[in-house]
Amino acid sequence: MVAVGVIAFQGDFQRHLEVLRRLGAEARSVRRPEELEGLAGLVIPGGESTTIGLLMERFGLLHPVRNVIREGLPVLGTCAGAILLAREIEESSQVHLGTLDIRIRRNAYGRQIDSFDASLSFTEDEDGAEQPIPGVFIRAPRITALGAGVLTLAALNGDPVVVRKENQLALTFHPELTGDARIHRLFLGMCAP
Amino acid sequence: MNETLWSERQTTTWRRNVGLAEMLKGGVIMDVTDAAQAKIAADAGAQAVMALERVPADIRAHGGVARMSDPRMIEEIQKAVTIPVMAKCRIGHVVEARMLEAMGVDFIDESEVLTPADDAYHVDKYGFKVPFVCGCRNLGEALRRIGEGAAMIRTKGEAGTGDVVEAVRHMRTLLSDIRSLRNCPPEELMTRAKELGAPYDLVLEVSRTGKLPVPNFSAGGVATPADAALMVYLGAEAVFVGSGVFKSDNPELRARAIVDAVAYHDDPSRLVEISRGIGEPMTGINVSAMPHEDRIAGRGW
Repeated sequence: MVAVGVIAFQGDFQRHLEVLRRLGAEARSVRRPEELEGLAGLVIPGGESTTIGLLMERFGLLHPVRNVIREGLPVLGTCAGAILLAREIEESSQVHLGTLDIRIRRNAYGRQIDSFDASLSFTEDEDGAEQPIPGVFIRAPRITALGAGVLTLAALNGDPVVVRKENQLALTFHPELTGDARIHRLFLGMCAP
Repeated sequence: MNETLWSERQTTTWRRNVGLAEMLKGGVIMDVTDAAQAKIAADAGAQAVMALERVPADIRAHGGVARMSDPRMIEEIQKAVTIPVMAKCRIGHVVEARMLEAMGVDFIDESEVLTPADDAYHVDKYGFKVPFVCGCRNLGEALRRIGEGAAMIRTKGEAGTGDVVEAVRHMRTLLSDIRSLRNCPPEELMTRAKELGAPYDLVLEVSRTGKLPVPNFSAGGVATPADAALMVYLGAEAVFVGSGVFKSDNPELRARAIVDAVAYHDDPSRLVEISRGIGEPMTGINVSAMPHEDRIAGRGW
């Protein structure tokens, strides 16, 4: 069974743990640096990026997580998780992990009343047909620039909403809130190639 | 009988609003009265702030009618922080709720802390795009609010006292009510719905799933990091802190300590470190010595 950690300070980490367990992974909460040992993958959930980033820094997780990602540990960041991974956050001097070469804008679609659902075209693998995937965008960020080698796996009105570069997968919406587990399955495939 | 659960039949707006509540799990929501306090809360790691003119302890001290805050004060807080901003409307005050929605607050708390505008009915929350959180003391009250469209429930506690006893009692009552439904044979559920004063479909869902269909937070009386950790231990998925931060000696230190305590609620030695030397908590009011008419948790129908 593949062991996957979920950063569990704040946000909807429980929902990620549930989806991963349903898919047969051994999913564990991560709140201490030593809990990173033995993991085949790591999820950074949705929530408030400032809060999660602050707690990761305060409790000594920021550097170890950055290191394991740089060493190649597969990582999935959803919404706040994508902000934490981003190398550049618009209108902010703050960078949290900064491991993924994208620029991102927080709350780019507005406040909660502007949150929305959208159906996204998504191709699970290279040979597969495009199948729509439900996207729940909650106070969502927008990826505004991609660095070299960052691939767009799904887009909405021209904005990338699922991107991947090597071991890093980042989304601006919440696959953990819908019954559709394809993103998590794709991620588990990255964890146990 | 319909085989799908009540929550599976809800609109995408409702689901998205419950989704925002999911994003707020595992953290602390702090009452703030101006932009400077909002910044202190956000820097300490609060995941959201509740904008209101007076914290509950001051509402008690001040007396009179407590109403929705001045829009300008809410807007200044919205400008000051990037985390979600919540605000309170009076129970049943549809117009205050509409105004808060028009201002783009991220969550409306239809709150017993303010003086109720309606002594029989709550706001029909389904008519709104913005999510609502409502207080409860037990399962019946929680399910009535969810039946009206609330996307988050918080147990009420006794706001502005710094005494956690009512928060504990309400959380224990709610969870014990849920456990007793779990063991209930189907033929008893209609009578249980009648006794609880709750919609039958929601009673059915809770008896099947063993949990509320929306996140369940705690409020009212949290004054120390240990209080916050206690509420998480009891089953709260996040904690609201009202007067506890800004009525204490050192709001910066206490705010941060309460955030840390929720994150490490199950680690006593870390809680010792977190709680050490953070100054005096709010003085507080012993709820058991409090005249009955001063209690506000009873507001809500």
